[in-house]
Amino acid sequence: MTEPVLSVRDLTVEFVTRRGTLRAIDSVSFDIAPGEVLGVVGESGAGKSLTGTAVIGLLDPPGRIAGGEIRLSGRRIDDLPADEMRRIRGKRIGMVFQDPLTSLNPLYRVGDQLVETIMTHLPVGRDEARRRAIDLLAEVGIPAPERRIDGWPHEFSGGMRQRVVIALALCAEPDLVIADEPTTALDVSVQAQIIALLKRLCRERGTAVMLITHDMGVIAETADRVAVMYAGRIVEIGPVREVVKHPRHPYAQGLMGSIPALEESRERLQQIEGSMPRLAAIPKGCAFNPRCPHAFARCMVEKPVLLESGASRVACWLHDGTGLGEETAA
Amino acid sequence: MSAAPERPMLEVADLRKSFDVSKPFLERMLGGGHRQYLKAVDGVSFTIRKGETFALVGESGSGKSTVARMVVGLMPPSAGRIVIDGNVLSGRQGYPRALRRRLQMIFQDPYASLDPRWRVADIIAEPIRAFGLAPDRATEQARVGELLSLVGLHPADGVKFPHEFSGGQRQRIAIARALAADAEFIVCDEPTSALDVSVQAQILNLMKDLQQRLGLTYLFISHNLAVVRHMAATIGVMYLGRIVEVAPAEELFSRPRHPYTRMLLDAVPDLGMTGRTRRPVQGEVPNPIDPPSGCTFHPRCPLANDRCRAEAPATIDGVACHAVQEGRTEPGRAVSA
Repeated sequence: MTEPVLSVRDLTVEFVTRRGTLRAIDSVSFDIAPGEVLGVVGESGAGKSLTGTAVIGLLDPPGRIAGGEIRLSGRRIDDLPADEMRRIRGKRIGMVFQDPLTSLNPLYRVGDQLVETIMTHLPVGRDEARRRAIDLLAEVGIPAPERRIDGWPHEFSGGMRQRVVIALALCAEPDLVIADEPTTALDVSVQAQIIALLKRLCRERGTAVMLITHDMGVIAETADRVAVMYAGRIVEIGPVREVVKHPRHPYAQGLMGSIPALEESRERLQQIEGSMPRLAAIPKGCAFNPRCPHAFARCMVEKPVLLESGASRVACWLHDGTGLGEETAA
Repeated sequence: MSAAPERPMLEVADLRKSFDVSKPFLERMLGGGHRQYLKAVDGVSFTIRKGETFALVGESGSGKSTVARMVVGLMPPSAGRIVIDGNVLSGRQGYPRALRRRLQMIFQDPYASLDPRWRVADIIAEPIRAFGLAPDRATEQARVGELLSLVGLHPADGVKFPHEFSGGQRQRIAIARALAADAEFIVCDEPTSALDVSVQAQILNLMKDLQQRLGLTYLFISHNLAVVRHMAATIGVMYLGRIVEVAPAEELFSRPRHPYTRMLLDAVPDLGMTGRTRRPVQGEVPNPIDPPSGCTFHPRCPLANDRCRAEAPATIDGVACHAVQEGRTEPGRAVSA
């Protein structure tokens, strides 16, 4: 196997507050290979966006990386000084955020923003940068790019703006793109176009993508592998088909069952009782135990680690292989 | 399906709403330019039977929320007729008191729809007090407790403030409040789109349970096709202020007829789509201030011809599309997939 573009090991993020230290991300580990799309899903407060923020080194105090390491193509980046990290950000890691309007500066023409970014990161002159910018705009599907390049962000629709943001993220030919809810602010018909675009570009360039979203439909179509997060930990990670069709962790099972399907209509949706715990009150043992229909004694005291289960890895004691609880998991 | 003699809960006929989006008078005089109107809702008609859920689905700017607001009387229509359970409403004078009690609304954002300075018991009791439904405070509080249990909360939660609840619990409070005055018809404007999926499932299940127990009628507004399919018996698909297709839910999803409905169904990311490729969707929703001529969908429609560009299609048999009416189907695609 080739070296992963991004390798995260035991990443722990804490917030030091007056009322004590809150652990928002707890020993999260994953790899992303070149050209691979890793989907990170979970509900609000699961820590998925925070994981992305930690990777690009944009955690705001009091948040801090309290443990673990992050490597980009083998080189450790979580302990770099701020100015060195700034060079990596944008150049080697591109970013696409949820709201395309706030990602673009409304006071600069679209082309100027692209040209500036290209010239900052690549050793090219203004004319060459502009030529590249036009090519990029054409590549992300903006009609008449040689004319639109001189337009202002407000002259672009939501979908077109998100295309510009994708062009911005890709202009320095990064190894990794972190896309945090890239389609959430868009209408469905536009959403599909943006997903297809992101997927095609990354495949063509061999860019690794960390796709953070709460929308399982988007993940199902775009990602190669999926990590399901709950209360700051990865509870299940595996190939998209496995996780979507045969989820193993009770939370992942509940999550998939709670999504209304287009293909068939059910009388009732499966529901997970209760809600995600607050950071200050994460239950002992497995954080999911109060809501879990299969919880047993061990879940109350011992935090589950990721264990191999088929093609996936699952953090659930039902899958410990001791046989205990295996029949309930089936 | 024979026409039942029963009166429908809601009948909307040729409903219209336009907003004046002209520049200020002085600017128009100095800089030129005409008055401009945005036709948010442009001739919408539908009927909801008692105890049934009717959904309006569409992308942003399609006018679905404007329809909801006009139906509950929060906004007077520019033209058209709203008949709720036999009461013809002109919209201008506001709804009669007895009707307002039976008609309630649930909003999208439960963080904005509950007053943060009121206790939950008071929020829920407000309609009971407004309509004088409880003779004394004890009866009122008993009713509030009953409503809280009905939506899956604890009667003791009444003393808390909204900020002490999660988004899903707040939406439960909003539902309890809507039911407080024994409403029969509830207009729900994107009731779950601010919620996480597992919480959405809880709320949708609750709404279905309540419908069965209390015989409620819902007008359900959403942009999420899967949610709409799960909830509604009949679905109207809106595009730029018009209903382009109305059909029973099953039929709409198994045999979509209007090209826009088909495009939407093709576009929705779905769990079942893993590993499948989809047909690319064309274009975006145009600016409603300056909609395309004729059928407003024609610039994105693969079946458009000269007639579509010139003439707005009438709704025949639930579909407003020339191509469907003329039997022109899409090349290389079977109608029933």
